[in-house]
Amino acid sequence: MAKGVMIVAEQREGALRKISLELASTARKLADQTGDEVSAVLLGSGVEGMAAELGKYGVDKVFVGDNAALEPYVTEAHAEVTAKVIKDNDPAIVLFGASVQGKDLSARVAAKLATGLATDCTDVKLDGGKLVATRPMYAGKCFGEVVINAAPQVASLRPNVFPAAENAKAGAVTKVDVAVGEQKSKVLEVQKDTSGKVDLTEANVIVSGGRGMKGPEGYAILEELAEVLKGTVGASRAAVDAGWRPQKDQVGQTGKVVSPNLYVACGISGAIQHLAGMSSSKCIVAINKDAEAPIFTKADYGVVDDLFKVVPELTAVCKKLVA
Amino acid sequence: MNIIACVKQVPDTEAQIKVKADGSGIEEGQIKWVMNPYDEFGVEEALKLKEKNGGDVTVISVGPARAMETIRTALAMGADKGVHICDPAFDGADAYVVANALAAVIKTLPHDIIFCGQRAIDDDAGQVGAMLAEALGVPQLTLVTKLEFAGSSVKVIRPIEGAQLSIETALPCVVTAQKGLNEPRYASLPGIMKAKKKPVDVKDAAAIGVATDAKAKVAKTIPPPARPPGKIVCGDDPAQKAAELGRLLREEAKVI
Repeated sequence: MAKGVMIVAEQREGALRKISLELASTARKLADQTGDEVSAVLLGSGVEGMAAELGKYGVDKVFVGDNAALEPYVTEAHAEVTAKVIKDNDPAIVLFGASVQGKDLSARVAAKLATGLATDCTDVKLDGGKLVATRPMYAGKCFGEVVINAAPQVASLRPNVFPAAENAKAGAVTKVDVAVGEQKSKVLEVQKDTSGKVDLTEANVIVSGGRGMKGPEGYAILEELAEVLKGTVGASRAAVDAGWRPQKDQVGQTGKVVSPNLYVACGISGAIQHLAGMSSSKCIVAINKDAEAPIFTKADYGVVDDLFKVVPELTAVCKKLVA
Repeated sequence: MNIIACVKQVPDTEAQIKVKADGSGIEEGQIKWVMNPYDEFGVEEALKLKEKNGGDVTVISVGPARAMETIRTALAMGADKGVHICDPAFDGADAYVVANALAAVIKTLPHDIIFCGQRAIDDDAGQVGAMLAEALGVPQLTLVTKLEFAGSSVKVIRPIEGAQLSIETALPCVVTAQKGLNEPRYASLPGIMKAKKKPVDVKDAAAIGVATDAKAKVAKTIPPPARPPGKIVCGDDPAQKAAELGRLLREEAKVI
């Protein structure tokens, strides 16, 4: 009978991604409720050394697939090997990260296994031994409690929501066979973003600007605040559609749905589609001249004033606080 | 070129979503229905490929009777024909069921490239493209922001966290469209008139012969957790307000 929790770890360029540790810790919590094992799938080239770290975060057993064909990530090869490891070991629950790679891979693997998948979950629990996965829908305008009526039960977890906590287990390595056939897709080039900024979906702090920034040059003060808070700058749809900021910066129902610890909305009125994309942030600050702006209904702290005066002052204050 | 574009009808982004009292779903009464914005990028890219390389565009949707409006919208934009998979048996279908229904129809049609939106903005699952690719046994390229067609293959740009990948894939394949891929056109008035005469094949579950039992079920729909009411930060001038805000973020919220 299907037993235990398996995570599909994600690594890039010789290091585990943070979501992998979040997966390990969450899997550990679930497995401890039924006294079961946590296992992990770890694929790539030269990745065996990362198994120990997974062990530190609660993984009992790591299935390592080491092959040059698995680096960089290509969907079909990873899906083939991941699905085989799952089939061979029959876990009750499989957890992926809801990162770009995890979403791409989890759906393909779930289809291979003819099972269901709950994407981008913000909570997972067991009810009578069965997984109940809570996930935002309509970008967070409502939530669904999803159950999977097939085996294994597969879910992907939203990055930055589940805590990563150390809980040392063996992390014993088992090598798996990674005979992958010829691939129809080939990665030609990886072009790195050299700005050094964390992606919005993984940022702890986001400083976002909307129409109130008045133009692309207005974002300079947001960049400065973000720099001090080690955050990333985001934008509303209005700002992106006006061409002030690149598309990858858009927060909202037709952009990125984010859950940082701190979200600072500057000059954003708070269209419903924007509110949907950021309302699961832990702490929300709104800075806007218009006291009637809908953004204030979601804000933990509101500042009704000219953002061009408040933001530089706030940057100076924060500089002292974090020093 | 034989091009397929999959579309879904969803509530407009401005829609207020109200959960039914018994948690069985959302109230649909006041909702304005539109084509999923990410599917619009897919339809637009399909039309651009057709205009450049010849061929035809078939638009397919799984959905209730009202989804026909969305198929007609795609036809008005310039797609040639439609297939509407319509059956109450698909109410509550998950991505697995939808992907297999789409695949069953697509297998009966010549297809070089299939477009889907990267996710639908209603259930936000983002699974259909990949599951459809698996059902068809073809490669998938998800979250694509640029596409170049080169005869028997495509080259795409796919953003991931902190990087952009350039990937080449043999056709046929499934591409899921991300914002940035193109600027979808509006349907013209002549386009809307022509769309009324374009053929749409309506099929039920029995006609396509797929199972309709969802593997993943939304057992309960719940409203978002309520946020405690916020505070307006006081101060005589911007400097005072900024100082007070900084103090609150440090001492009360403990986020900096």
